[in-house]
Amino acid sequence: MTAILEARDVKKHFRIGGGLFGKAALVRAVDGVSLSITSGETFAIVGESGCGKSTLARVLMRLLDPTEGEVVFDGTAVTHASGRTLADLRRNMQFIFQDPFSSLNPRMTVGKLIGEPLEIHAPQLSAKDRHAKVADLLAQVGLRREHAGRYPHEFSGGQRQRIGIARALASGPRLIIGDEPVSALDVSVQAQVINLLSDLGRDLGLTLILIAHDLAVIRHMSDRVAVMYLGKIVEQGTTDALFEAPRHPYTRALLDAIPDPDDRNRAGRPQIDGEMPSPAAPPPGCAFHTRCAHATDRCRKVVPVPDETSDGHMTACHHWRDIVDAPRQPFPLNRSAATKARLDLYRKATEGAKITQIAQPKPDREEMR
Amino acid sequence: MPDQSPLLSLSKLSLRFKGQPVCAVEDVSLSVAAGEILCVVGESGCGKSVTAMALMGLLPPGAAEIHGGVMTFDGQAFDLTKDRVPSDLRGGRIAMIFQEPMTSLNPVFRVGEQIAESVQRHSGCSRGDARLRSLEMLRCVGLPSPERLLDQYPHQFSGGQRQRVMIAMALANDPRLLIADEPTTALDVTIQAQILNLIRDLQRDTGMGTIMITHDLGVVADVADTVAVMYGGHIVESGPMTEIFENPQHPYTIGLMASVPRLSGPRQRLTTINGTVPSIRQMPSGCRFRTRCAFAAETCSTRPAQAEVGPDHSVACHFAPLEQMLKVAG
Repeated sequence: MTAILEARDVKKHFRIGGGLFGKAALVRAVDGVSLSITSGETFAIVGESGCGKSTLARVLMRLLDPTEGEVVFDGTAVTHASGRTLADLRRNMQFIFQDPFSSLNPRMTVGKLIGEPLEIHAPQLSAKDRHAKVADLLAQVGLRREHAGRYPHEFSGGQRQRIGIARALASGPRLIIGDEPVSALDVSVQAQVINLLSDLGRDLGLTLILIAHDLAVIRHMSDRVAVMYLGKIVEQGTTDALFEAPRHPYTRALLDAIPDPDDRNRAGRPQIDGEMPSPAAPPPGCAFHTRCAHATDRCRKVVPVPDETSDGHMTACHHWRDIVDAPRQPFPLNRSAATKARLDLYRKATEGAKITQIAQPKPDREEMR
Repeated sequence: MPDQSPLLSLSKLSLRFKGQPVCAVEDVSLSVAAGEILCVVGESGCGKSVTAMALMGLLPPGAAEIHGGVMTFDGQAFDLTKDRVPSDLRGGRIAMIFQEPMTSLNPVFRVGEQIAESVQRHSGCSRGDARLRSLEMLRCVGLPSPERLLDQYPHQFSGGQRQRVMIAMALANDPRLLIADEPTTALDVTIQAQILNLIRDLQRDTGMGTIMITHDLGVVADVADTVAVMYGGHIVESGPMTEIFENPQHPYTIGLMASVPRLSGPRQRLTTINGTVPSIRQMPSGCRFRTRCAFAAETCSTRPAQAEVGPDHSVACHFAPLEQMLKVAG
């Protein structure tokens, strides 16, 4: 397994305020992140708003320059690239944005939107070839050829996100970074886009980096997960390991906080109090100690060193070995026989199984309008 | 759960926006008892917020034609086609909180003044008393050092804190009914858990009824006593929360359940609901879900009536219960 993208101790600090009278504050949005993304995998970066995940994504793509550290894509230093090298990198790394309403130019047709990256990255294509390629891309993301002549406002949120994906695919990238690609979508459409991204990743051998706040979405589409808190990665491991036996108290708190339709324990779930501190004034020691039930004096003073076990699972917590002895109790799949039978029938029907009617609707069910 | 005459009931609300061919909300009936949480679930454009606005009398006059609907609140009946919901109910005995707490607070007034304004408006008490009440409410919603916060402006609060302020403001006049429109959608999950617990605690202490509008079945499982599932302006299924999860009847309810990514169980490919919600101009006749339904048949072009399938559990589908009506061929 070779690394396609590596980040080495990346930091991104912003100076805010200052002006004439105030004192400038230093916001440590990303504060020492190292990552190694394997070619072909789907890697997720999760965390709550303000944890620095979107800033990290932009530094990885070099939409922002890091304050410190370096990013390497397939042997090329992203952080120092310019000219031809940078153009090559841009072709190989593409971005999908969160908001499909503001990320597409409303004055351009869909064909033009998807054709634009082709004009830049494949100028040798004739207009005819380009149109054919745009039609292929539309088909690949589940849209129709004739959609090329329409404008973004004619599409729903899910369809717009498909256009955004087609645009990202146009240059033939090897790596796509999606910044909350499904969080603006309705539940039923969200599932369609998640499936589409998984299929494309597999069929095209793409490496995907997904930025998200929703751990349930991540669980269904990623191979490995990194959890960020206040500019740092606090835990990183395979998806199965991280969801089944989370080690960092923050990961556990995140998992406990997500309401799941199968979790109908009405007693209320464990809750962590307080909010994430400001990245302009991070607390000393472990950044999570202000909200952590296991915090000790050591946590308040000493920054935990990332502790990696032989399986590659990394945890930045002084006490994870003590906490992990009390494993998190996953709630059971809480489904009645009737629910299971109907979910199963529904799944088969959507997968194209032929359904036959075995009884007539009762006449009192019908009401002419 | 409390079994008494409902605090609020809405019967057959239908309304159509000017210039639109069909009703945005049609024959919507729901009821909520004191001490109970009713969750209205559905995706964007299903009419859940419009229903809440109509209940509050917040739809701009002239924008929508109300074709029918009787609201009974606390023993008083209002024919929504004729009567305006009296404005002293709003913010008084019926309170509302919204999704985006930043746009619901006035940025140029101190938080304490905004809560006090609503208290004075409804109780006619003195400024001093209103300020004391604001302080009490900020403490009640769990904000730290409320004396200091009283004189701060909304931008000095985080998203979660602003939502707490909104709740403080909504509950300052001891409402009998709280309408919460996606109150936690804009918040992070750990903050969402805090706010949901807060709403649940306050609701238990005050015995008010709550209508919570949400798109998240996880939130429903967490807080609801009863559930109404909406699609395309119709209520397609409604019933007690456990019934909805353990005996779901409508293909849309089942499809929603199937398409939610889960934290436990097998990591399999997600089941989806085909297509997208049709726009109001392309809304099909009969069952409005039929263009996306995996089981749709010819029968579905006539509108299914609400049929009782269990205690307080009704569904509008020709093919309920599915496994007795349909099977996989071969």
